[in-house]
Amino acid sequence: MDKPFLELVDITKVYPGVTALDGVNLAVRPGEVVGLIGENGAGKSSLMKVLGGVTTPTSGHIRVDGAERASLSVSAAIAAGIAFVHQELNLFENLDVAANVFIGREPRRGGLLNLVDRRKLNADVKPLLDRLQVDFRPDTMVADMSIAQRQQLEIAKALSLNSRLVIMDEPTSSLTLTETERLLDIIAGLKADGVSVIFISHRLGEVQTCADRVVVLRDGKVVGELARNEIAHDRMIRLMIGRDLKSLYVPPSGPPGEGVIDIVDAQTQAYPDRRVSLTLRRGEILGLAGLVGSGRTELARAVFGIDRLGGGRIRVDGKETAVRTPAEAIANGVYLVPEDRKQSGLLLDFAIVDNISLPDLGSYARGSIISRGREKANAESQRKRLNIRTPDVTTAVGSLSGGNQQKVVLAKWLSMKPRVMIFDEPTRGIDVGAKKEIYDMMRALADSGVAVLMISSDMEEVIGVSDRIAVMHEGAIGGFLDRKDFSEHNVLHLAVGGTAHWNEPQSASLQSRAGA
Amino acid sequence: MNRKDLGLLILILVVGTIVAIRQPLFIAPVNLANTANLIGLFGLFAIGQAFVIITGGIELSVGSIIALLGVLFVTMVVVSEVYWPFAIILMLVLGALIGLVHGLLVTKGGLQPFVVTLCGLLIYRGIARYYTGDGTAGFTFGVSFPDLEWLTMGRTAGIPHSFIAMIIVAAIMWVVLHRSVFGRHLYAVGKNEEAARYSGIRTHRVIITAYVICAVLTAIAAIFFAMYTKSISPSSHGNFYELYAIAAAVLGGCSLRGGEGSIIGVVLGTILLQVLQNLVNLLGIPSSLNFAVMGSVILIGAIADQQFTKRRELKRIASTAG
Repeated sequence: MDKPFLELVDITKVYPGVTALDGVNLAVRPGEVVGLIGENGAGKSSLMKVLGGVTTPTSGHIRVDGAERASLSVSAAIAAGIAFVHQELNLFENLDVAANVFIGREPRRGGLLNLVDRRKLNADVKPLLDRLQVDFRPDTMVADMSIAQRQQLEIAKALSLNSRLVIMDEPTSSLTLTETERLLDIIAGLKADGVSVIFISHRLGEVQTCADRVVVLRDGKVVGELARNEIAHDRMIRLMIGRDLKSLYVPPSGPPGEGVIDIVDAQTQAYPDRRVSLTLRRGEILGLAGLVGSGRTELARAVFGIDRLGGGRIRVDGKETAVRTPAEAIANGVYLVPEDRKQSGLLLDFAIVDNISLPDLGSYARGSIISRGREKANAESQRKRLNIRTPDVTTAVGSLSGGNQQKVVLAKWLSMKPRVMIFDEPTRGIDVGAKKEIYDMMRALADSGVAVLMISSDMEEVIGVSDRIAVMHEGAIGGFLDRKDFSEHNVLHLAVGGTAHWNEPQSASLQSRAGA
Repeated sequence: MNRKDLGLLILILVVGTIVAIRQPLFIAPVNLANTANLIGLFGLFAIGQAFVIITGGIELSVGSIIALLGVLFVTMVVVSEVYWPFAIILMLVLGALIGLVHGLLVTKGGLQPFVVTLCGLLIYRGIARYYTGDGTAGFTFGVSFPDLEWLTMGRTAGIPHSFIAMIIVAAIMWVVLHRSVFGRHLYAVGKNEEAARYSGIRTHRVIITAYVICAVLTAIAAIFFAMYTKSISPSSHGNFYELYAIAAAVLGGCSLRGGEGSIIGVVLGTILLQVLQNLVNLLGIPSSLNFAVMGSVILIGAIADQQFTKRRELKRIASTAG
């Protein structure tokens, strides 16, 4: 076998409070397809950022063609022949295919006039497209192309840079079955030309089809490698899980009450042909697990009235209710703590007090004139209750830490009368201490009779905090887990599209799958 | 009064003092009353403009609305002999409708405010000119409406009523913008529409209301202007007034990105612009340089503001790092 042209040696990346990568070794040989798998937060993205030259590792080194260096810069990564095909494609929709391939490197003519040599540009792009056997032309506008075509365009762009390694991050997540097969063909073609591919995917079946070797990450470490003949679905799952999960669980004060909200056959914008049914019960924390992109946030957005439902119904207290705007959801006592708190949850330039009172200004006003005193009194009491660390409630929210910002979002809703609270990744980017406080607050809310839905990609959090777990897979509920069935294996199994059969012993269920 | 407003006030006082020293006529009662009248007229619709700018939008049709409604008002009162209070109410309703249409096109229609109001600018001007056959609408000699004239162009204790009207409007709008629920929602929508929506604010309604407020205040200004000029030639009446309004709002601390601005700032911005115009006349600067002087002052103001902001930002970063 050829010698590796790219090696990562003992790469460690430490962020304040988190070790994202811990002594990772990874070598890539020419013409090799490496499958990279791991749970959400296992360190895949951090590793890719190191490879792309976006972040500098804390320690370790990178060897390119035998030359050793401490880190790559973006331009060094490109010079080394590393190219990315991103999950969110980085293309200029307003330009055509050829312009995108050679953006920043356009062939010129006309001397001082510095014109783009369109003829040469198209002539240079054509062979790349022929090589990939795509069904679009150099002058096709990107805006008119499908996701799959755009991906092929990104690959063409990588080839134009003479890339030796193409990194694909969840490339098939929004492709149809035939498009996926087409992509796997292209990968085989790249491989035949001696181009290496790192294929990051949660879709283990595809990894099995195309990878020569699978590298498994967990908690920032490489926990296992499978050679071509060892790659099997259950072996991959077994390597991905197996963390020591700290017990965070605080049991509820009583059994769950009646349902507050019934989501019946809801169709979200992300997966218009899938249906979700869920019931949120008083006093219960329902964890909503699933892979990134499984449609959990879209479900939350629809229930909160940000997006229209494509179909299905929402019943509040058994009564069918139209939720067309967040204002209507809020009127029903349904509140959302959104995933992106800086963009959707808060007005960063506004003071803490202004953020807290914003959804409910009417109750601080007399004859629609706001009473500053009442606003401040409430903000002050919320500050004490939630332990928001700030000298003054008139401080701008933007200057607070992540945990304290999240507490301001909470304070906003706790000042009102929550009946259903939806948390979308409630502790993302938050330090451990504040996490615990937020979990305690969620439990206190549930115990006071609120129905809590917690969307989380953090396995420890899902298993440690929920009373019941619903697992989403590609826009539908893959299955529910009761507390006695909670395990990382079971959650992951459902998240990657497995079916539920927990009554069998685990080993038996694994064997039955392996046999199937 | 915030720091920006204070800076503007100081600038006005400094400019005023210099002009007064070089040309004592500046503080003669006649000149002051004239300037106050103009401040009143321009201030009325500049305040309206500020509401739209705070949403992150812009209203370019102000000048044309002033021409169209002015023409309609005068014809209605003089030719059709409509009882003038009815005519005033009708103009306000018409203004509200125009604002409503603009707001709906921007929110529900998803069109850019610049495009919508630019089309408004062309359309209303065109209608005004067609309506009068490109002639002049005005008060015929001998016909008079003493009450209406007293109300719009009269003076109380030497203060022009247009100025008093502007002060009353400013006071009401100050409460609306800085103390009411709507005002808070307006700032929130202008600053971050998404976060506002996630907080349950009906963002479309807020934006539409801003356009309606702007157009109604413009309608009030249109009546005052009609009474001030007495004869309206619709091809030139109100030309470029939208730019005065935008300039006053920007001078007064409104950000065209939305979410920022104050009523006091806009009023001070209007005052500064009128003082500058007056200064050009009084100091014998060729009046053709009028716009150039205005433009330069606004530009210098914008640059200074940018520098102050940058310095404050650096100081803030330094203090959090330390």
